[in-house]
Amino acid sequence: MSTDNVDTGRRRFLVTSTSVVAAVGAGFVAVPFLSSWMPSERAKNAGAPVEVDISKLEEGRLMIVEWQSKPVWIVKRSEKTLSDLVTLDNNLSDPASENVDQQPAYAQNANRSIKPEISILVGICTHLGCSPTFRPDIAAVDLGADWLGGFFCPCHSSKFDLAGRVYQGVPAPTNLVVPPHKYLSDNVIIIGKDGEAA
Amino acid sequence: MGNLLGWIDDRFPLTKMWNEHMGEYYAPKNFNFWYIFGVLALVVLVIQIVSGIFLTMHYKPDAALAFASVEYIMRDVPYGWLIRYIHSTGATAFFVVVYLHMLRGLMYGSYKKPRELIWLFGMFIYLALMAEAFMGYLLPWGQMSYWGAQVIISLFSAIPVIGDDLTLWIRGDFVIGDATLNRFFALHVIALPFVLVFLVVAHILALHEVGSNNPDGVEIKKTKDANGIPLDGIPFHPYYSVKDTLGIVVFLFFFSIVLFYLPDGGGYMLEHANFIAADALKTPEHIAPVWYFTPFYAILRAVPDKLLGVGAMGGAIVVLFFLPWIDRCKVKSIRYRSGIYKANLIVFCVSFVVLGWLAMQPVNETITFLSRLFSFLYFAFFAVLYVTSKNESTKPVPDRVTS
Repeated sequence: MSTDNVDTGRRRFLVTSTSVVAAVGAGFVAVPFLSSWMPSERAKNAGAPVEVDISKLEEGRLMIVEWQSKPVWIVKRSEKTLSDLVTLDNNLSDPASENVDQQPAYAQNANRSIKPEISILVGICTHLGCSPTFRPDIAAVDLGADWLGGFFCPCHSSKFDLAGRVYQGVPAPTNLVVPPHKYLSDNVIIIGKDGEAA
Repeated sequence: MGNLLGWIDDRFPLTKMWNEHMGEYYAPKNFNFWYIFGVLALVVLVIQIVSGIFLTMHYKPDAALAFASVEYIMRDVPYGWLIRYIHSTGATAFFVVVYLHMLRGLMYGSYKKPRELIWLFGMFIYLALMAEAFMGYLLPWGQMSYWGAQVIISLFSAIPVIGDDLTLWIRGDFVIGDATLNRFFALHVIALPFVLVFLVVAHILALHEVGSNNPDGVEIKKTKDANGIPLDGIPFHPYYSVKDTLGIVVFLFFFSIVLFYLPDGGGYMLEHANFIAADALKTPEHIAPVWYFTPFYAILRAVPDKLLGVGAMGGAIVVLFFLPWIDRCKVKSIRYRSGIYKANLIVFCVSFVVLGWLAMQPVNETITFLSRLFSFLYFAFFAVLYVTSKNESTKPVPDRVTS
C-alpha cells in the first residue's frame, strides 16, 4: 500500500474523534459501577427514629442508645455542670455553636440542648470517627487539674466538654453533633425526628 | 524432551523468556545479604495468595457471620488455625521484607537514574500492599477491624467539599457495615491481588531491562567482554537461584518460629481487642494500628489539626515517590557518599522506628512532644537530602565492582 498520499490531517481527526467518543463511552459505562457503591435503598431506609425513655437516668450519668447504627449519648447534667460550662468558653473552638451543621437550630444555645440539663449527642468524634469516652471525673489525673468533666477520644486525644463542645488545640475540628430530636413527653424522647421544643 | 521444547518454542517464547530473565540475565557478582529481600517479597506474595485462597473457602463476608466464621476456621476447620496464622504472619512478613528491601534501595541508591521507574513501580506496590493489608484487617470483623477501618475511612472526610460524600461512597452506608465488609472482601481477594501481581511483573521487567544495581553502585554494563557480557556479571541461574534458595530456607526458618510460637505477635500482629466482635457503640480504650502502619499513624497523631494531620500523613508517603528527584547526588552507593548522607539516613531510619513505637503508646504530653520531634526529623531527611546532595563531597567511585 502506498503511503505517499496519506491525508495526515484527516487521519489525525479520525483518531482524535474516535478516542474522544470512546472516552465518553467509557465514562458512561463507569457510571453504574461507581454508583453501585452508594448506599443501597435498604441502607437508606434503615435508621428510623428511636424512642427513648429517660425516666431512670440519674444525674451525672450517661446512657447510650443506638440510632442509625451510631451511638447516641444522653447525659443528665447537674446544676453545677451547667454553671461550669460557661467558664470554659475561652478554651473552646466554637463555644457559641456557630457552626450550624453540628446541631439543629433549637439546640443552638449555651447548653446545646432543649432542656438545659439533658444533653443529647451523637457519640462519634468529629475527627476520625471514634467513639469518645465519657469522663465526668473532675480534675482527672491524665486530663489535667482544670478538667471539668466531658468526653475524651482515646484515638487521637480530642477533648469535648459536657455540651459536646470541642476544646482548642485538639485534632477534632468541630463540636459533636446534636441529632434531631424532640420530647414526646417529659421523659420520652424521639431521636431522629425534628420538632419544636417541648 | 528436546523435541517437545522445540515444538513449544516454535509457538511460544519459552526458552527466550527463560534466558532473558534467568539463564542469561547477568546480575552483578557482588550482591550481598541485602539483595535477598526482593526474592523474599515474591515468596511471601505466593504464600499470601495460596493461604488466602484456602481461607476464602471457609470465610463468610457478611457482618452477621464474619466474626464467627473466623472463629470456625480457628477451631473447627482441620488445620484452619494454621492456614489463618500463615496468612496473618505472612502480612507481617510482607512488610518486614518490603521495608528492608526499600532500605536497601536507600543505601545503594537503587532508585537513581536509570532506575527511577523501578522505584515508582515499587512505591505503587507498597501503596497497593497497604490497601490490601488495611482491607484484609477489616475482614475478621473484630473491634480493632471495625474501629481501625472507621478511622482510616474517616481520613478521607478531611478533604474539603467532597470529603463527606466520598466517605459515604467508600462505606456504602452511613456507618461501616455489611456493605463495607462485602466490598472490602471483593477488593481484598480479587481486585488488589490482580493489581499487585501486575505491578510486580512491571517492577521485574523494568529491573531486567536496565539491569540490577549493586552495593558499589557501579553500572556493570559499562565493562563488557568480547561477547557483550558484563565482566562483573554472572548468570542469575544457577548462581543467584541457588543463593536465593538458601536465603528462602533461612527466611522460612524465622517465619516458622513466629508462626508456631508467636502467631499473634504479642498483640502487635493480631491485636487483643480484635478477639472481641465489632461493636458499633464502643471504641476500645486504646486503639493503635497494626505495627506496619504505626509510623504514619504517629505523624497523624502529632498534628493538632484534622486536615493538616491527614495531609502530613499522606505527605509522608507521597514524598517517597519523589526520592529519585530529591536526591541529586550522582554517586549511588552509600560506600562512596558523604558523612552527611550517612548521618541523615541513620536519623531517618531511627525516626521511622521511634515513630512506630510512639504510635503504640497512650497519648500524653511527652509522647506528643516526641511524636512532633520525630515527625519533623522524618521530613527533614528529604529537605536535608535535597539541599546537600547537589554538591555532595563524595569519595572516588571505582570503575569495576570491588569484592
